[in-house]
Amino acid sequence: MRHGKLAHAPSPMALRRYGFILSFLAAPLVLYAVFVVGPYIQAFQIALTNWKGISPNFDYIGFENFTKLFDDGAFWPAVRHHGLLLLVMPLATIAIALFFSFLLNVGGGQRNGRRTGVPGAAFYKIVFFFPQVLAVAIVGVLFQAILSPDKSGVLNSALGAVGIDPVGWLINPDLALWTIIGVMVWQAVGFYVVLFSAGMSSIPQDVFEAAALDGAGRFTLFFKITLPLLWDTLQVGWVYLGIAAFDGFALVQVLSVDRGGPDNATTVLPLEIWRQAFTFSKYGYASAMGVALFFLTLTFAALTLRVTRRERIEF
Amino acid sequence: MTNTPREITRRQMMHRIGLTALVAGPAAGLLSACATSGGGSSEPTPSAAAGAAKSETNPFGVKADAPLEVVIFKGGYSDEYATQSHEPLYVKEFPKAKITHQGIQTIAQTLTPRFASGDVPDVVNNSGTDNLDTGSLVAAGQLLDLTPLFEAPSIDDPSKKVKDTIVPGTIESGLAGDPAKPYILNYVFTAYGLWYDAKLFEKEGWTPPKTFDEFKTLADQIKAKGMTPYAYAGKNASYYQYWMILITAAKIAGNQVLIDIDNLVDGAWTNDAVKQAAAAWAEIGKYMDKSYEGLIHTQVQTQQNQGKVALYPSGSWLESEQAKDTPATFEYAMAATPSVGASDAMPYGAIRAVASEPFVLAAKGKNVNGGLEYMRVMLSKEAAKSFTEKTKSLTVVVGATEGLTLSPGVESVVAAQNAAGANVVTWSNFEQWYKELETELRKQTNALMFGRITADQFCANMQKAADKTKADSSITKQKRTA
Repeated sequence: MRHGKLAHAPSPMALRRYGFILSFLAAPLVLYAVFVVGPYIQAFQIALTNWKGISPNFDYIGFENFTKLFDDGAFWPAVRHHGLLLLVMPLATIAIALFFSFLLNVGGGQRNGRRTGVPGAAFYKIVFFFPQVLAVAIVGVLFQAILSPDKSGVLNSALGAVGIDPVGWLINPDLALWTIIGVMVWQAVGFYVVLFSAGMSSIPQDVFEAAALDGAGRFTLFFKITLPLLWDTLQVGWVYLGIAAFDGFALVQVLSVDRGGPDNATTVLPLEIWRQAFTFSKYGYASAMGVALFFLTLTFAALTLRVTRRERIEF
Repeated sequence: MTNTPREITRRQMMHRIGLTALVAGPAAGLLSACATSGGGSSEPTPSAAAGAAKSETNPFGVKADAPLEVVIFKGGYSDEYATQSHEPLYVKEFPKAKITHQGIQTIAQTLTPRFASGDVPDVVNNSGTDNLDTGSLVAAGQLLDLTPLFEAPSIDDPSKKVKDTIVPGTIESGLAGDPAKPYILNYVFTAYGLWYDAKLFEKEGWTPPKTFDEFKTLADQIKAKGMTPYAYAGKNASYYQYWMILITAAKIAGNQVLIDIDNLVDGAWTNDAVKQAAAAWAEIGKYMDKSYEGLIHTQVQTQQNQGKVALYPSGSWLESEQAKDTPATFEYAMAATPSVGASDAMPYGAIRAVASEPFVLAAKGKNVNGGLEYMRVMLSKEAAKSFTEKTKSLTVVVGATEGLTLSPGVESVVAAQNAAGANVVTWSNFEQWYKELETELRKQTNALMFGRITADQFCANMQKAADKTKADSSITKQKRTA
């Protein structure tokens, strides 16, 4: 039993070893604790106060900030939008990314007995990754020009060329959130194409060969071979995208009408937190929203990992 | 699961670090009290000023050789107006006085320690992003009550008091503290209205509408020419539009409507005047293309410069803001907002005008009376005229532009100001006091103007938001009487 060791004083040798390891770990741990864990804990603390952020004075008001959330006119639309984002954005991104990475890696047919991607796959891989290189603020500004509501917008002038009236991508309350989801998908797909490509290239060639010999077409290869063997990577992608679906701040802030509009049609929780804190000077209430968001994200990640858990296939 | 000793150690370590963060976190920053060292509670000591006797030309009894320290915000207006005009004018009155001038950008960073230590300048142009928080300065007794200045005889006409030579509303715009007293002199005059291209209107034979009926007739004519009659930028400048709605409401029933809105009076938003104003503007909104909700102010302003938009709501900074994009053929002019009906409380000519660019005097300055005199000099026609000359901006001094060659836009503002006379639509404080209400107003304004809600719904939604603000104990309430 190793428990027995507890009774003994640690040997000088062990102390020195711990000291050595500790000295390496201390700096990053302190940084992490001060700049990540600290603010998290503080957010919980501030959420229980009426702190205004401009003076050191505040009172503890219990759970008042949380009860206020229930009749907040912007909080619930924001939560609903996260629901929609969570359903659509990861699904669309993963579906498109899978399709492209399948084409880029195994969709090109056989050459010298090896399955290869479509011609020019290496080039496409780089092109797909471009959006990932751009900072999200740049993507936002870029799409401002693309989605401009009048005929000067890139998209609308193209539609105009075929006789379609300008579409209010971001000004139509029924369309605005979908437009922003579209931009998010556009930005994310490249990364997941590369991620899934890496996953696919680690699938042994002989599995595909064996399946092809048995007469499997591309469709069967994808659904019966690629997808199951890629499950771990998919799961990771799903969690990443899900967490991204709880953000969306930068794109909504740059692209939407009146920051989150029209009529709250595109607002998201991080935007509301930002507004409560920096526009309304309600740091306590903003922290309460932050705590709510924290638990939403945590619940999502835990649920996803649990629900999608499968037997691992070793190869 | 069994814990090995090593895991226990690691866990304890993490635990301790976590605890440290909990303890050190607040101390490290956000929640900790900042070291505010009050600068002693000594009473104002206007010692240097006490000497001289008061007279008609020296109403504050300034000691002739007392030095004066002036700090000017060196921003968009630069500080030449002070060094080349205001200060020389003061020295002309008191040749023995030595003026120390400082032109800086970081007013708060530079002056906060000086206020804390008690060694304060006499005159401060408290402007720019880094300005001093006047509210707390007033609360700390650091600023001088400017009532004697406004009650003193004017330099240009000693039979008039200073307060009668400046634009109505100027003094009220500088009220602070509880009870409210005038602590701030806002020196620059900003007017709001509908902006248009005077040359284009002349060429087409159009005149700015005086009533909403005329507005609609004109809008039809403009539309027939393939132009957008009226537009504002919904994406980031919907407040330009709600200013117009508020102005119209004040014109219908008087400034009390806006004062009630500021004071969160029950039913202030469902007031009939607000309803009529919202309904009138919603009608104009119908002439606007939906795409304007997705554009920002510079885009719409450029469209106006390109002759695509006829009338645009804005303030008197517009001409200089657009200077680079304005073609030579374009001549800015401002018209007052239209009237709803003949029974309006204010005439068509009434405009919303606000004084801005704050100047304050330090209560504990070494030459307090000199500071008051400096402000009296600023409010003389000669000083105001040279300010306008150097900055292309109007001051709150009435009739101080005689003999000046003004840009067309500034000239039209002068004309509008003269036409308005005492009919000035008051400013709205809730924009600063209650940001949540203001945010809601932006949202509801877009919804109204782009046809998603009716005027009645607009009023009801705004009343709901105002009620919510009123009921929210976490928001500090403020009051105004005029």
